[in-house]
Amino acid sequence: MNADGGTNPDGGRGGARPPYGRLINVSKTFETDGRPVPAVKDVSFQFRKGELISLLGPSGCGKTTVLKMMGGLIPASGGLLELDGRAITGPFPGVGVVFQAPTLMPWRRVLANVLFPMEVLGRNDRKAKRRAQEILELVGLAGFERAYPRQLSGGMQQRVALCRALIHEPSILLMDEPFGALDELTRLEMNDLLLEIRRVTGATVIFVTHSISEAIYLSDRVFVFSKRPAVIALELEVAIAYPRSQQTRFLKEFNELEKQAGIALGVVKQ
Amino acid sequence: MKQHILRVVYPLAGIAIIVLAWHFYVVLMQVPLVLLPSPLQVAAAMVAQPKMLLEEAWVTAIECVYGFLLAMGIGIPIAVVMTYSRIANLMFYPLLVASQSIPKVAVAPILLVWFGTGIESKLAMAFVIAFFPAVVDTATGLRSTSPELLELARSLQCSRLQTFFKIQLPSALPSIFSGAKIAVTLAVIGAVIGEFIGSNQGLGNLLLTANSQLNTPLVWASLVVLSVLGMLLYGAVVLAEKVLMPWGSDSGHKV
Repeated sequence: MNADGGTNPDGGRGGARPPYGRLINVSKTFETDGRPVPAVKDVSFQFRKGELISLLGPSGCGKTTVLKMMGGLIPASGGLLELDGRAITGPFPGVGVVFQAPTLMPWRRVLANVLFPMEVLGRNDRKAKRRAQEILELVGLAGFERAYPRQLSGGMQQRVALCRALIHEPSILLMDEPFGALDELTRLEMNDLLLEIRRVTGATVIFVTHSISEAIYLSDRVFVFSKRPAVIALELEVAIAYPRSQQTRFLKEFNELEKQAGIALGVVKQ
Repeated sequence: MKQHILRVVYPLAGIAIIVLAWHFYVVLMQVPLVLLPSPLQVAAAMVAQPKMLLEEAWVTAIECVYGFLLAMGIGIPIAVVMTYSRIANLMFYPLLVASQSIPKVAVAPILLVWFGTGIESKLAMAFVIAFFPAVVDTATGLRSTSPELLELARSLQCSRLQTFFKIQLPSALPSIFSGAKIAVTLAVIGAVIGEFIGSNQGLGNLLLTANSQLNTPLVWASLVVLSVLGMLLYGAVVLAEKVLMPWGSDSGHKV
């Protein structure tokens, strides 16, 4: 069951230890024109440290809302969210966020953009700078430290955003359709890059996407969400060993998982 | 590089054509001097009293710069307050917008009564007319901060001050500068109106005096100096923008 080849030394062995993170009956109801509109309903799941989980679902189904609640950015209307034994009640700096758009600060050079979290957290020392350079190198951006974001391509900007999310060694990395705005080839490249980063850093990643194959390719487990209000329609265990490569996409197991997800989403008719 | 040269050459050629047309029109049609002097006569008027023109220009320039700085210095903080205080916004924003229907020139006599014929009334006039774009564009800029960046700030638990100075203010800079570019042009207009209403110095005053003496070449000479002054002030703001925003801006008013 633990398929990530030893990248998660802390969790997943046996069932005795409590999970690294968990959601119990989490719900969210928004208010629109005075009427309650349920966005997320009774979502429960657990994950281990170092696990890569995808939340897969149609656009606007509420999976992003789940992600934001996990980051403490919006409060849940009901239920309990826990990370590393502590309830998530509000924003906490132990979270790294990557959005669909790179959302870099155009006035900061690449290195300063990456170091922004450290600056705010008061940890912007020489060590931080060295680490920033290391991750920039990891994502293939060595030599671009002094460039301004507008001088970079969309894919490169998203790499910088990824570095910014990782710089303060967050306990959880929340990614909200991070590669959705990229062209297909860049997207495949970024998928491999994310797996590599995850292998090197051991980061725990929650990944929101509406791409079936992306979700399966990246994840240990995939939660397939129904249309609004979001409930988990299917949990898929991706029993394909890491390291994966683009070849993985042509495996029979892979296609079978794609089919199952497709059926759960209602796009593959039986 | 060639493009660069063309961008300088073509506008100059355009000006040359207009000046030549003006010159030949005056000469061939024998236009009376009182109606329209030729470019050469205007140039002669300028060369005749360069010191006087520069001194008057200096007076006007000071009024413009101070009026502009006043508009920005008061406008930006007001925009900040109105952006972050909902109550202040509700109370004063509609008033501010409505105040724009008051013709500024009509306020000039009142300002003259309040502030006298010295530099104060000109500053007040420049301020009154340049203040609005300073406030509105700053407020627009502050409100257009990327929601994702604000979310990032929230997740890192940035303080309000950190969020403001590290994210919102720099995000608003392009907008603030496009406001500043409008404000600086309006400040020149304000200063000249102020001088028209009551003053014994400045280019506006010189222009009026020369006009009443039917010294048309000097009227035109003042006008030329005034335009150059306006362009220099505008250029100064553009320069400040380049220096303060080395990352480049793609918003802002292209003129």
